[in-house]
Amino acid sequence: MSLNEFFHMGGYGFYVWTSYGIALVVLLANMIAPLRQRRKILNDIARTAKRRARRDT
Amino acid sequence: MFNNFFHRMASPRHFYGLAGTLIPWLAIPCLLLTLAGLYYGLVKAPPDYQQGDSYRIMFIHVPAAWMSMFIYVVMAGAGAIGLIWRIKLAEVVAISSAPIGASFTFLALVTGSIWGKPMWGTWWVWDARLTSELILLFLYLGVIALHNAIDDRRTAARAVAILALVGVVNIPIIHYSVEWWNTLHQGPTVTKFDKPSIHLSMLIPLLLMAVAFKLYYAFVVLMRARCEVLERERNTGWVKELAEKT
Amino acid sequence: MKSDSLTRAFMILIRRDLMLAVRHRAEMANPLLFFILVTSLFPLAIGANPNLLQAIAPGVIWVAALLAALLSIENVFRSDFEDGSLEQYLLSSHPVSILVLAKIIAHWLITGLPLLLISPLLGILLGLHADAIKVLFITLLLGTPVLSLIGAVGVALTVGLRKGGMILSLLVLPLYIPLLIFASSAVDSAAAGLPVTAHLSLITALLVLSLSLSPFATAAALRVSLS
Repeated sequence: MSLNEFFHMGGYGFYVWTSYGIALVVLLANMIAPLRQRRKILNDIARTAKRRARRDT
Repeated sequence: MFNNFFHRMASPRHFYGLAGTLIPWLAIPCLLLTLAGLYYGLVKAPPDYQQGDSYRIMFIHVPAAWMSMFIYVVMAGAGAIGLIWRIKLAEVVAISSAPIGASFTFLALVTGSIWGKPMWGTWWVWDARLTSELILLFLYLGVIALHNAIDDRRTAARAVAILALVGVVNIPIIHYSVEWWNTLHQGPTVTKFDKPSIHLSMLIPLLLMAVAFKLYYAFVVLMRARCEVLERERNTGWVKELAEKT
Repeated sequence: MKSDSLTRAFMILIRRDLMLAVRHRAEMANPLLFFILVTSLFPLAIGANPNLLQAIAPGVIWVAALLAALLSIENVFRSDFEDGSLEQYLLSSHPVSILVLAKIIAHWLITGLPLLLISPLLGILLGLHADAIKVLFITLLLGTPVLSLIGAVGVALTVGLRKGGMILSLLVLPLYIPLLIFASSAVDSAAAGLPVTAHLSLITALLVLSLSLSPFATAAALRVSLS
């Protein structure tokens, strides 16, 4: 199959690629979200500890 | 030795570390299987006799639908284990699974709808399977909403476990009733998702994607579970140390 | 001896709720009026074409009943929660599932039964014929207890929450869908002169299932919510 045919998908290119594109977005989002969440939680905990240490001295 | 393993596993701290180690071992095979599945599905498999190339959406749609149901059952089972034996990690796995399951359900619905447009000429059809998926999405969203509404994480996890169990009992009932409803109100189209027999060249990428999605769920649920563990254990020494280090 | 006091507790709970309801008789009208109002909205929204109304009547009446039941089930544990009696039920030596069943029965008598009794009137309003109205009545007779039983689980899960009402709908409506499907198609079949035994058997099965499982699920959910 030529590259052109590959993108064209027998006329159904829009449907096929939109589906795969949405799948990619959803699956990436589900991977990125916990990564960011983890960083956020740890930063939050560190900040609270710092604040508490500062307050107690 | 196994007993020791399970005892250590029950400790959130050890789970956190173990999960961290496991994640790449699941993610990399997942990626490889996905690439293989995509290659066999998009390049190697021939166009369908009736549907042309649009049937290739199936390689996303069907595994996503399978995962949407599989994850709900896992969620309910983990919730039950958490409720009955009060194992914290079971609660964690249950609640971590919900957004992933909802995402797969959403994906199944969207790809089903997009596939439907060239097939049936309309963006949405009240086909039995799609309607059941829609209701499943509502069930997932209910679980997520209930969890967000309750402040205490432990109470939230237990409430969600009960809801998931009630849901899992209802899923077969919902499936049956929707199929029955669909045959009563026979639409102008007959579902084409039921292929009588599937050609090997199409079966292979389908199975590759199905396994890839399972591995995906495994490593992503571990990622989410680690976050949940951190939240629950934020006042313990090991978490505070971890936070200082980063 | 034990079961004797359990029966007494059961009857006392039902009688107490009924007495409270009778004292606030006006409140009993609310779900009823809602039911009638919502049903009436459809002719107003869609037009008074009698064939169309007749065709959509079973679905419309059942959706309206569903929504009315949902609105009213919210209160099944509310007053007990607020004055602390709910905790007392959990602490008592009686099995909570039986006490919960008493509450649900009382609630159905107060809210579900009126809906059931007014339904023939609504059937007439939307132009249903006698056979269909008869089956409508039977489906509501079998179905409104199911609505109360399933709804009770949802309420028990959300009883302590501030915005409980909205979440309650989200939790409970998907669970109502099979009943809605079987009930409205039963009335549809009756209107077309077809047999309805299959539909009614299915609804009865749902009733038996929810009657046996819901009290336990509700009791477990109450324990979680009040922990």
